[in-house]
Amino acid sequence: MAGGGGTGGGVSASTYAGLRYWLLLPSWLVLGFIVLAPVGVMLIYSFLTKEFRGGVIWEFTLDAYDQFFFDRGLFGDEPPKIEWTYILIFWRSIWQAGAATLLALVIGFPTAYFIATRPERVRPIWVFLITIPYWVNLLIRTVSMKFLLRDQGPLNDFLIWTGLIDTPIHVINTDVAVQIGLFYSYLPFMVLPIYAAVERYDFALSEAAADLYATKWVALRRVLLPSVRPGVIAGCILVYVPSLGAFLAPDLLGGAKNFMIGSLIEEQFKGNAGNWPFGAAASMILLTMVMIILLLFARQQARAEREG
Amino acid sequence: MAAGRNDIRTYRGFGTVTYLCLFILYAPLIVVAVYSFNASRSITIWEGVSLAWYRDVFTGPESAKFKQAAINSFSIAAIAATLSTMIALSAATALVRGGRFGLRTLSFGLISLPLMVPEIVTAVATLIFFSAIGFTRGYLTILAAHIAFCIPFAYMPISARMQGIEESYEQAAMDLYATRGQAFRRVLLPMMMPGIVSGFLLAFIISLDDFIITNFVKGAGVETLPTAIFGAVKQGIRPNIMAISTMLLAVSILMVTISYFVSKSDDAR
Repeated sequence: MAGGGGTGGGVSASTYAGLRYWLLLPSWLVLGFIVLAPVGVMLIYSFLTKEFRGGVIWEFTLDAYDQFFFDRGLFGDEPPKIEWTYILIFWRSIWQAGAATLLALVIGFPTAYFIATRPERVRPIWVFLITIPYWVNLLIRTVSMKFLLRDQGPLNDFLIWTGLIDTPIHVINTDVAVQIGLFYSYLPFMVLPIYAAVERYDFALSEAAADLYATKWVALRRVLLPSVRPGVIAGCILVYVPSLGAFLAPDLLGGAKNFMIGSLIEEQFKGNAGNWPFGAAASMILLTMVMIILLLFARQQARAEREG
Repeated sequence: MAAGRNDIRTYRGFGTVTYLCLFILYAPLIVVAVYSFNASRSITIWEGVSLAWYRDVFTGPESAKFKQAAINSFSIAAIAATLSTMIALSAATALVRGGRFGLRTLSFGLISLPLMVPEIVTAVATLIFFSAIGFTRGYLTILAAHIAFCIPFAYMPISARMQGIEESYEQAAMDLYATRGQAFRRVLLPMMMPGIVSGFLLAFIISLDDFIITNFVKGAGVETLPTAIFGAVKQGIRPNIMAISTMLLAVSILMVTISYFVSKSDDAR
C-alpha cells in the first residue's frame, strides 16, 4: 500500500487490495446462497422420487430423466419407447426461439447500422429510445402485444378500416403470435451489441473496397459483416437464450396448445402436473443447453479477439 | 453531406427499418396507454376519454388488492435495490480497486450468474431451495430472491463508473494523510454518485418488474403488482388492468430517464 501513489501509473489499481475478500464477502454470500446453492439443490432434486401434489421423497432415482426421454407404458413395465412429447416441446422452443431471433436480426441489424452511422451527438438519444422498452415490465409488454393482436384488437380493426383485409387475421394462440411476442420482448438486445460493433468499425475499409469496385452491398457483405460478426452473434445469443426459456410469451400469446420449455417447467410447480423432480430435470436440461451455447459463444468471442 | 445517397455508409431502406423498429417497440405500449383512458366497459369499443378506470384502480372493488400489491412491490423494490446496490458497490471496490488476485474471475462470474442462468431456472432453483431448507414462502423469500438477481444490474453502472475514475485521486488524498476509509468516503464515493444512483434505479426497476421469479417464490396470499396483473389477465384483459399497467409503465420510463440523465450529466464534465 505505502508509496503506491508514485508508481501507480495505471498498472493495476489496488488501493483496497487488503480488504478485497471482506468487500466481496456479501456478494459471495448472497449469490452463493440464493443462486449457486439452489442450482446445486435443484440438480439433487432432479434425481429424487416425486411426491404427489408437489415436493419429493429422498430416494435416489433416474425416473425424472427417464420419463423425459422414454415411454414405458402406463404401468412402467413395457419395453421403453422414445417419448416424443417432451422432446417435441424442447424442439418447438428451439425452433420458436430461432424464428424470433431471425426476425429480430432482420429488423435489428439495419436499425443498429443506421443508428451507428448517425452523427455522434445524436447516437445516445437513439440508443436510449431503443433501450426504454426493455426497462418496461415484460409482463405489461406481453399483455400489450396480446391486446394489440386480438381478433377484435386495434391492429385488426386498423387493417379492416384501411380495406387491406375483410375479416380479422387470427394470430393469437398460434405459433406466429409466440414468435412475434418473443421477438418483441428481446428486440433491444439485438440492436445494442450490433450497434456497438458497427460504431467501432473503421469505414475506411468499406471505402477501400469501393475503390476496388466493390458495390455497396458487396462491401457490406464481404467487408463490414465479417468485422462486426462478434456483435451480430452476441445480439443473436442475447435474443435466443432468453427466448428459449421464456414463459410469458408462450403462456399469454400461445395459449394452451403452444407449449414451450418454460410452460412445461412452470406446470410442474405451479400447475396441475405437480412433479418437482421432473420439473427440476427439465430445468437442468434447459440450463445445460444454455451453458453449452454460452460456452461456444465465449470460445468464439475469444477466437475473434485473438484474430483481432 | 453532398455525397448523400451514394455515400458508402448509407443504405437505402435502413432508415425506414429503424423507424419501423421504433414503431414496433412503442406501438403496443401507446395503444394500451390510450385505451386505459377509454370510457367504455368494453375493451374493443372506443367511447371517449375518461379517467374512470384510474378511479376504479384506487376506489373500485379491487382497490384493496391492488393497494396491498403496490405496497409489497414498492417496499420490496426499495429494500432490494438499496441492499443490492450496497453489495454491488462493495464487490466493485474489490474487483476494480483490489488488484489482481486468483478469485477475481470467479467472483466476477458469480456476480454475472443471474444474467446467464435462464430466469425460469433461477425461479425453480430458488423455490426448491427455500422448500428444502424449510423456509416458508412469502414476503421474505421474494425479498431475498430480488436482492440476489438485482446485484448484477446494480453492479454494471457502478463498476463502469469506478473504472472511469483514476486511482490517483484517492492516492493523492492518502498522500495528504487521509486514511483509506476517508479517501473512500470523501473522495471516491462523491465521484461515484452518478454510478450509484444509476445502479440503484436500474435495480429498483428490475425488482419492480420481475414476474417469473416472484411468481415461483411468493407463496399463497402475497402478491406484487406483476403477479396481481398476471392473475387478473388470466381472466381476460380488463380496462382497470390497462390503467394500472400504464401507471407502472410510466414509473419505469420515468426512472430509466432519470438514470439516463444522471449518468449523462457526468459525461459532460
